[in-house]
Amino acid sequence: MIVLVELLKLARRPRTWVSVGLLCGLPTLVAVFLAVTQLGPGPGEDPAFLSAVLANGALFPAAALAIVLPIFLPVAVAVVGGDAIAGEASGGTLRYLLLRPVGRTRLLVAKLVAVVVYVVVAVLAVAATAFVVGVSLFPAEPSAVTTVSGVTLSSTELSTRMMGAMGYVAISMLGVGAIALFLSTVSESSLGAALGALAAFITSQVLVTLDAAGGVRPYLPTRYWLAWIDFFRDPILWRDIERGAAVQVVYVVVFLAMAWANFNSKDVTS
Amino acid sequence: MIRTRALVKRYGAVTAVDGVDLDVAEGQRYGLLGPNGSGKTTLLRLVLGLVYATAGEIELMGQPVPRRLGRVLPRVGAMVEGPAAYGHLSGRANLRLLDASGAGGPWRTRRARVEAALERVGLAGVDARSVRSYSLGMRQRLGLAAALLRSPDLLVLDEPTNGLDPQGIREIRDLLADLNAAGTTVFLSSHLLAEVEQLCTHVGVVDRGRLVVHTALDELRTPTGRVLVVTPDADRVAALLDGRVESRTGDRLMVRHTDAAELNTRLVTEGLRVAEIAAERRTLEDVVLEVTSAGSDRVDRP
Repeated sequence: MIVLVELLKLARRPRTWVSVGLLCGLPTLVAVFLAVTQLGPGPGEDPAFLSAVLANGALFPAAALAIVLPIFLPVAVAVVGGDAIAGEASGGTLRYLLLRPVGRTRLLVAKLVAVVVYVVVAVLAVAATAFVVGVSLFPAEPSAVTTVSGVTLSSTELSTRMMGAMGYVAISMLGVGAIALFLSTVSESSLGAALGALAAFITSQVLVTLDAAGGVRPYLPTRYWLAWIDFFRDPILWRDIERGAAVQVVYVVVFLAMAWANFNSKDVTS
Repeated sequence: MIRTRALVKRYGAVTAVDGVDLDVAEGQRYGLLGPNGSGKTTLLRLVLGLVYATAGEIELMGQPVPRRLGRVLPRVGAMVEGPAAYGHLSGRANLRLLDASGAGGPWRTRRARVEAALERVGLAGVDARSVRSYSLGMRQRLGLAAALLRSPDLLVLDEPTNGLDPQGIREIRDLLADLNAAGTTVFLSSHLLAEVEQLCTHVGVVDRGRLVVHTALDELRTPTGRVLVVTPDADRVAALLDGRVESRTGDRLMVRHTDAAELNTRLVTEGLRVAEIAAERRTLEDVVLEVTSAGSDRVDRP
């Protein structure tokens, strides 16, 4: 039941929809500039797929994911995750939830589910708006998409792969979400928890590019974030996708366990 | 209902609750008094399992806390350190969410439960305005409604009349008395002596984390062995009762005597007029001031 209540709370918060709107707005803005100027980045330049969009608008959802993935999406996830427990604590509602009673473990799990649902909804919304924007602003040939490897895909195959990429992007956010949730049980300030999770995310991004940090690179939460592009290779390159998903699962398990240990032994004085 | 033994809670070097043995029996209206920062709220939080004890035992309705909290909390309604609600939602929506978040009963009867709780605290006609726009008094009533949501056997309330006007305080007092008459045990904390004096049957006084008084209110207010006499013939009364008059201000005399009725008869037989006469009783205020020190919000130079 508490899971439903948490989802309802998420859905009834204006912030949820404002942030999803902003996530959808950025790729749309990029598409408008692109359509007006017809100036795409060169092939192989960032963001991925954007050069191909000029020729085929059906690829724009993939480009949109590439646009929101590096910063916008993790920031949104950190804000939602960081607010999970700390927001209730600072608002005073945490004590009333616990007195209801809602078990502390169940509350934590419900909050994690809410964060995951938020990520999925955000990714779906970005892809859906991007598809509409893409086919209406650019020439659309959903039936003839060329992969990164140069092979042409049918439209069903493209949508399956698009689903896979979306799922992988959503999974990629779990690590940041779990870190934010843990910090949310430590701090009573949502802002502090969100910023802490962002600090962890930025640290990871910096270390990924640093050769000297090569030893820890495979364990960084953002190391395999770009592996979603591998869904558009032929055949699909599963190696990094599997590793990336495994890393995220490890982060979720570790930080959820830490959050649980901290929250269950914590004095609720807010 | 509530029983603690040698309960201690330390926050770092600060001892907030220090060896408290509390007993609240079923059917009582128990008032916890004490200056600000004396540990009242911490004691409430300990009993409700929000904070964990450093040492000592807590039993709530016969179950150990915090081990069996899940079993007893469904029978407890509580308001701790002021009401809290989601500001962007209406009062009704808040109560529905709260009702849904725990084992409060089937969803079919949720609307009825919420309306009944709102009715009890005088918010039945509240509209869809968000809680953010509520006055302090309305929030307080909403908090009480949340505590009453599942018709609890035990109500634990921290400063229940905070932010209410005299009319509202009276209403809440009557509401609590009604609930108590119907079998609900009420355990409240307050720094308002009058509130406790008017509502409670039992009183505990906390000072610097210790429970220094723990008694029935009737016992506390024993006669002091003095009688207050107000008379226009003050000089003659003083002359008559020479040696037994302890103090005099104008026409008010404080007389050492154990029986006001007998004293009255004597004065009247002597032809002396008596405007007022009453045995002096210790007030709760006397007791509390006697046993407590200044609140922790007063910081004197060492």
